Order: sequence, then structure tokens, then C-alpha cells
Amino acid sequence: MIEVTGVSKWYQQFQVLKDCSLTIKSGEVIVICGPSGSGKSTLIKCMNGLEPFQQGEIKVGDVSVGAKGTDLPKLRSRIGMVFQNFELFPHMTVRKNITLPQVKILGRSKDESDARTIKLLERMGLPSQADKFPAQLSGGQQQRVAIARALAMDPVAMLFDEPTSALDPEMINEVLDVMVALAQDGMTMAVVTHEMGFARRVANRVVFMDQGSIVEDAPKEAFFGTPRSERAQLFLSKILQH
Amino acid sequence: MNYSWDWGLLFRSPHIGWIAQGFVTTIEMAVLAWCIAMTLGSLIGTLRTLDNPIAKRIGTLYVEIFRNVPLLAQLFLWYYVIPELLPASAQKFVKRDMADPQFWTSVVGLGCYTAARVAEQVRSGIQSIPRGQRSAALAMGFSTAQVYRYVLLPIGFRTVIPSLTNDFLGVFKNSSLALTLGVMELTAAARQIEEYTFHSFEPFAAATVLYSCVTLLVISLMRVVERRTRIAGNVGTAR
Ligand SMILES: Nc1ncnc2c1ncn2[C@@H]1O[C@H](COP(=O)(O)OP(=O)(O)OP(=O)(O)O)[C@@H](O)[C@H]1O
Ligand SMILES: [Mg+2]
Repeated sequence: MIEVTGVSKWYQQFQVLKDCSLTIKSGEVIVICGPSGSGKSTLIKCMNGLEPFQQGEIKVGDVSVGAKGTDLPKLRSRIGMVFQNFELFPHMTVRKNITLPQVKILGRSKDESDARTIKLLERMGLPSQADKFPAQLSGGQQQRVAIARALAMDPVAMLFDEPTSALDPEMINEVLDVMVALAQDGMTMAVVTHEMGFARRVANRVVFMDQGSIVEDAPKEAFFGTPRSERAQLFLSKILQH
Repeated sequence: MNYSWDWGLLFRSPHIGWIAQGFVTTIEMAVLAWCIAMTLGSLIGTLRTLDNPIAKRIGTLYVEIFRNVPLLAQLFLWYYVIPELLPASAQKFVKRDMADPQFWTSVVGLGCYTAARVAEQVRSGIQSIPRGQRSAALAMGFSTAQVYRYVLLPIGFRTVIPSLTNDFLGVFKNSSLALTLGVMELTAAARQIEEYTFHSFEPFAAATVLYSCVTLLVISLMRVVERRTRIAGNVGTAR
């Protein structure tokens, strides 16, 4: 489904990604973790072409992300993305946030889009919030709306960049529950997160990044058993403490 | 001071007609120039926020030129110099066939000058939006044009409504410079009354009152617009 092969990226002299390779098969859930600044966000932003890269190749299905002629908007409409800060459009109601992209990008009819929006909001446990504005919702609610907005495009895969890091502790679970359900429904997912509980429950593999390199890419049992690299062991011991 | 006041002269024909006509012309010029300024200014301001370096360069060049040359000089350039540079057929139209050339030259001159200011507001409005909004919109699959149309411009404009109000009032007041090209707008009408009656206080007082009324009206109108367009739930919202 998503195939990253030998990708390197530089900001001027500084190399953010070093020869990264990673395969996500259809229906797989990959958790990406690692210390701050290790390049996790950059890596998943490369997967939908939000960040350009200078070396290597990324394929989504049989579309090459970095190739010249690629229709990036079309590719991106097939990949959902959820951000740390939700990034709902503040001047639109919840309903419009979810409906507008369906109408303008997919060309769905207004009625069909609206019906889909309502159904998704129900699935997210937010049936009565449709006509509120994002700033009138809690962080956890906003993030669930953001997930609904991404799902409304019927994506073939979902990318999550620390979807719970900006949330108060008591709201983390309501978002994780939605993500777990999504994973169990068979969605292909790449999730940057430090929520190891989530990884334990639904991840197929855990990828550990450090200083731009993929240091470890292991099935979750192996990863939580004994990570091979010292860095990963140290990192795990730190984040599992709390 | 030995001045014999005669407020009645303002209401006598033909003075009242001059003032009315001048007032209408001033409003017409301001509104038409504002339409040019908003359209062109939004475009130029947007260019300056694109990733494309050539687009950025063009936007910056426009703003630097039109903001730094005095407005009066710009009006003279538009009226006396630009027509000479046009191809022959266009020159013939501008100099002979175009109706009311002073009026339209002033509108274009004021519009292009104000566009540079609007462009700066639009640019700062867009740049005040967190980078993540653009990323999120792009990640949805919106094209760059759609990202601006549906996300960046609507948010950006809301944040700069107060400054845009100032710019509109600016073009309204600056329209008085059109009298140097011979346009009979409000200030010119006041001057004409003075020349005919040797009364200067009354006609200029009348002009001042009219300018102030419009300014106050626009300010209170824009307060309402600001309140209506404020994003619900955000800081400063009464709800
Ligand atoms: N636009 C940029 N210009 C220069 N350097 C950048 C830019 N964006 C990111 N970086 C650098 O690239 C590195 C990787 O950033 P990235 O955001 O991918 O890290 P991360 O693993 O997601 O970290 P975090 O856990 O803090 O989100 C960091 O050192 C960061 O400072
Ligand atoms: Mg990050």
C-alpha cells in the first residue's frame, strides 16, 4: 500500500531523513515513535507529498509520490491525515468542515455529502455537534471531528501525527478508542505516537526513529520484548515510566 | 474677524447642486477605486504568500513601487505620461473617445495605489494563519487555489477587517486629490463655491461635515460586519 524506499531529505545542510525504508501493507497498522526531532513528522508528511524529499522513492499503491507528473491533490484526497493540533477550519461549522471537502474535492452531491457527514459524526459519538464551530468543542471532540473529516474522503490509508499529544489526559482515550475501532475495521494506518498502550493493542509493527534514521522496525511483540537497539531500549524505558 | 456668515448660500442654486454632484462623484470614485483595490490587492497579496519565488517577486515589486511613489505623482503619471506610452490606437481612445478621462484616470490611479496597501493587509492576514491550516487543507486534497479560496483568504480577511476599513477611508479621503486633474468632486465643489461667492468657511465646513459623516457611517457599519464575521468560540466572541 505505502512503500518507502531509501528516502533521504535535507534542509540545506541538515539531513532530516537518512535512507529511510518502510513498507505498510494494506490493512496494517504501523506505529512510529522516537525522540523529538528524530524526523517522524517529516517522514509521514513525505508519504502524502506535503514535504518534498531529495532522494529515494515513495509509492502509494502504484503512484510515485515524488515523481514529476503526479497529481498530488488527487493522491492526497485518497490518504487521510490527522494532525497534532486538529487543524479544523475555524470559520466553518463542524458540518461544513466535513462536507465541503467531499463536495469540492470528490464532487459528491451536497445531499450525499451531508448524509455521510452525519453518519460519520454519529460513528465518532458526536451526533449533536454538527452546527457548532470548532472552537466551541473540547480538544478530544475536535480531534474526532478531524478524524471524521479525513474518513469522509473514503481514504485508502490514514496518517496520524501525534493525534493525542495536544490533548488533556482525560480526553486521550476517547480519541484512541476511535482509532482502535478504525484499526480493527481494517484501515491501513501509520501512526506517530508515544501511546504505547495503543501500539500494544492494535499495531502490527513498531518503527523506532532516531536522528533521521529508522533504527528499528519490528513486529510489536519483538519490539516490546527486547528491542535490539540500545537507543530504543532507553527510549522505551523512559516513556513507559509514565 | 470681520466675516459675514451666510450659511444660506450653501442651499442656494447652483451651489447646492455643486455640492451634491461633488459628493456623489467622491463616493463613486471611492467605491470604484476600492473595487479595483480589493481585487488587485487580494491577488497581489496572495502572490506574496505563494511558495513560487517569481510570484513573490512580482508581488513585492508591485507593492514597493505603488506604496513608495507619492499618490499625487502617481495620478500625474497616469494622466500625463502613461497615455503617451500606449500604442496609437489605445492612445486615440484614451485621449479622444474615452468619456470623462479625468474621472476614470483618478479611479485607476487611486485603485492601484490602494491595492498596494490592501495587498499588504491580505499578506499579513494570510501569514498570521498557523502553517498547519495550509498543510491540513493541502492534505485533504484541495488544490492551492482551493486552499486560498476556502481556507486562507476567508480567515485572513476576517483578521484584517479593521485595517481594511482604514484603507477604505484612506481611498475615500485621497479621492480629493482628483481635483488636481480637474475632477469636480466634493473638495473641488467647495472650492468652486468659494471662488464664486468669496465665502470659504461655509463650503469647506459643509465638505468637512460630509466627509466626517461618511467616515463615521463606514466605521459603524464595519463594526457590525466585524461582529457578524467573527469566528464563533474564538477569543473575544460575544456569544
Ligand atoms: N522547515 C524546517 N527547516 C529546517 N529544519 C526543520 C524544518 N522542519 C523540521 N526541521 C528539523 O527537522 C528535524 C525533524 O523534525 P520533525 O518535525 O520531523 O521531528 P519529529 O520527530 O516529528 O519531532 P517531534 O516529536 O518534536 O514532533 C528536527 O530537528 C527539526 O528541527
Ligand atoms: Mg512531529
